[in-house]
Amino acid sequence: MTAAGLAPAGPEAARAAAAQLVADLPSAPAVWCSGLRKRYGKQQAVSGVSFSVDRGEVVGLLGPNGAGKTSVIKMLLGLVRPDAGEVMLLGAPASDPAARVRVGYLPELFRYQPWLDASELLALHVRLSGVDVSEHDQRECLALVGLADRAGDRLGGFSKGMQQRLGLAVALVARPDLVVLDEPTSALDPLGRADVRDIVLELKGRGVAVLLNSHLIGEVERVCDRVVILDRGQVAASGTLAELLGQRELRLHLTDLSAQARARLLATGKADQEGDWYTVALPVDDLGRAVPDLVAELVTLGARVHAVEPGRISLEEKLLGILREGAAGRAAAGSEGVQR
Amino acid sequence: MTTVRTVLTIAGLTLREASRRRVLLALTALTVVLLALSGWGFSRLAAESGGTLTTGEARLTASIVLNLVMFGFSLIAALGTAFLAGPTLSGETESGIALAVLARPIRRSAFLLGKWLGLVGFGAGFVVLAGLAQITIVWAVVGYWPPEPASALALLAAQTTVLLTLAMLLSTAISPMASGVVAVGLFCTTWVAGVVGGVGASLGNEAVERVGSVSRMLLPTDGLWRGAMHGFQDPSALIQISGGADADAFPFLSAAPLTPAYLAWAAVWVVMIWGLAATSFLRKDL
Repeated sequence: MTAAGLAPAGPEAARAAAAQLVADLPSAPAVWCSGLRKRYGKQQAVSGVSFSVDRGEVVGLLGPNGAGKTSVIKMLLGLVRPDAGEVMLLGAPASDPAARVRVGYLPELFRYQPWLDASELLALHVRLSGVDVSEHDQRECLALVGLADRAGDRLGGFSKGMQQRLGLAVALVARPDLVVLDEPTSALDPLGRADVRDIVLELKGRGVAVLLNSHLIGEVERVCDRVVILDRGQVAASGTLAELLGQRELRLHLTDLSAQARARLLATGKADQEGDWYTVALPVDDLGRAVPDLVAELVTLGARVHAVEPGRISLEEKLLGILREGAAGRAAAGSEGVQR
Repeated sequence: MTTVRTVLTIAGLTLREASRRRVLLALTALTVVLLALSGWGFSRLAAESGGTLTTGEARLTASIVLNLVMFGFSLIAALGTAFLAGPTLSGETESGIALAVLARPIRRSAFLLGKWLGLVGFGAGFVVLAGLAQITIVWAVVGYWPPEPASALALLAAQTTVLLTLAMLLSTAISPMASGVVAVGLFCTTWVAGVVGGVGASLGNEAVERVGSVSRMLLPTDGLWRGAMHGFQDPSALIQISGGADADAFPFLSAAPLTPAYLAWAAVWVVMIWGLAATSFLRKDL
């Protein structure tokens, strides 16, 4: 790269760069929704949800029970009629059923026709999707979820875990470009969860977009590029994991901490104390110098340093933080309202 | 083209469901019992009359008993289809089976039409096959063959279609079991209202007679059933009963064939109720 390429140029160059940026953009997002609203009776389940999932991107949908996650998913797929808002799937308006040709879906409530066998169910979904998938590929799909040897068994005899695995096969069988998984591991054992994680990562590798709704935050943290956090029917936060979890922490075991040393510690960032253990939030832009500088100065100021452990705010802590802030904000607004 | 494929796929699925569920087994068992009982009954009738009945009396008896047994079949078909139509729609939406299917690129109206066609095929197929078996048994045992078996069986199939369309509309709004119970309840009520109307007609009481006419318009099952009976019974049977004057009052004989206008109304009724079911199903949040 030349120096001229880096230097800010005139508006012409900026326009060219912008044009290049647009040209380099992938095709329309896998999911795009704007201003989704839904009310059930007196309950406003979803109020103004907007987000998008790019092609090949894995996006996690997080939030407490009743946050509206499943309602949002069902509105995306045309199973629930939104009161307001727009949805585009793979570049086509979702009001047209044809937009769902390349969409696979594993519902939270997974139940399949108990009188069919596993291979008949996949054949049914292939026919309904209108996509040409050979019998060999359908068998492969069953094998992918570990049900190859149950292809001829009636679904009525399947356990919950097996039905959920089968549901995953149904979601994947018609060569989707977008897969929507609503709590895909709720009935699975740890081994099954690991399988689902591998499958999602494999989909991502193939450029298939995945929208994943899960309570298992660790699962989301491992596979998702981006996270959308819903709370009370609204998007409370969204962004890449790096954006959401940008803040890093440092855990230090210190004794003989003088007042000066304590002041130096607080100057780094917000600190919590638990006995001799201190947890300090590190600045986002420390450029890798903050930790050695802090330790060196603490030693100079007479503190005895027993342990220094890097820490990272987990997605779970972040999620709880966002939800609690939201609840506190609502409580404050509520009490203000009462005072007025 | 894709809509046609969806409709046929769902219709095939519905037929497969009906054939694999216990309901088919129960229907077959009930039908065989009824066929065997009626075969035995007709053979006793022929044996015990021992030639004391005139040909006309024998024909009258055969007509009445045939209509009675056919009513049994239409009741079995009504119960079977009503309790199949309920679970297949509201049962699937309640259990979540419909979620994965309706998330496919298909229109809900095509899904509903497929379900309806499958159920019509099943219900109509049942009454036609069972009815044909019954007519054959009667012919083999007492040598009676109805005057218009084809149109009579077609009307029985139409009656089943009317009832399952109603059950389908109900199942888009209420629970599976309730929709079956309400549909069968309405079917029986209309039949009773038809009988009451017939008694009113024979007594010359217009108000009571109107009960039958109105109920026949609201739910055409009883009207179509009376048309079917007319096709099964011997034309001379009516004259045997008081010269035909009181035939109206008799629940297992029909005084007159159906008018084309009534048949047209029954068709309009089915289209209307199907349209309502589709509207209700299209608006449903799953």
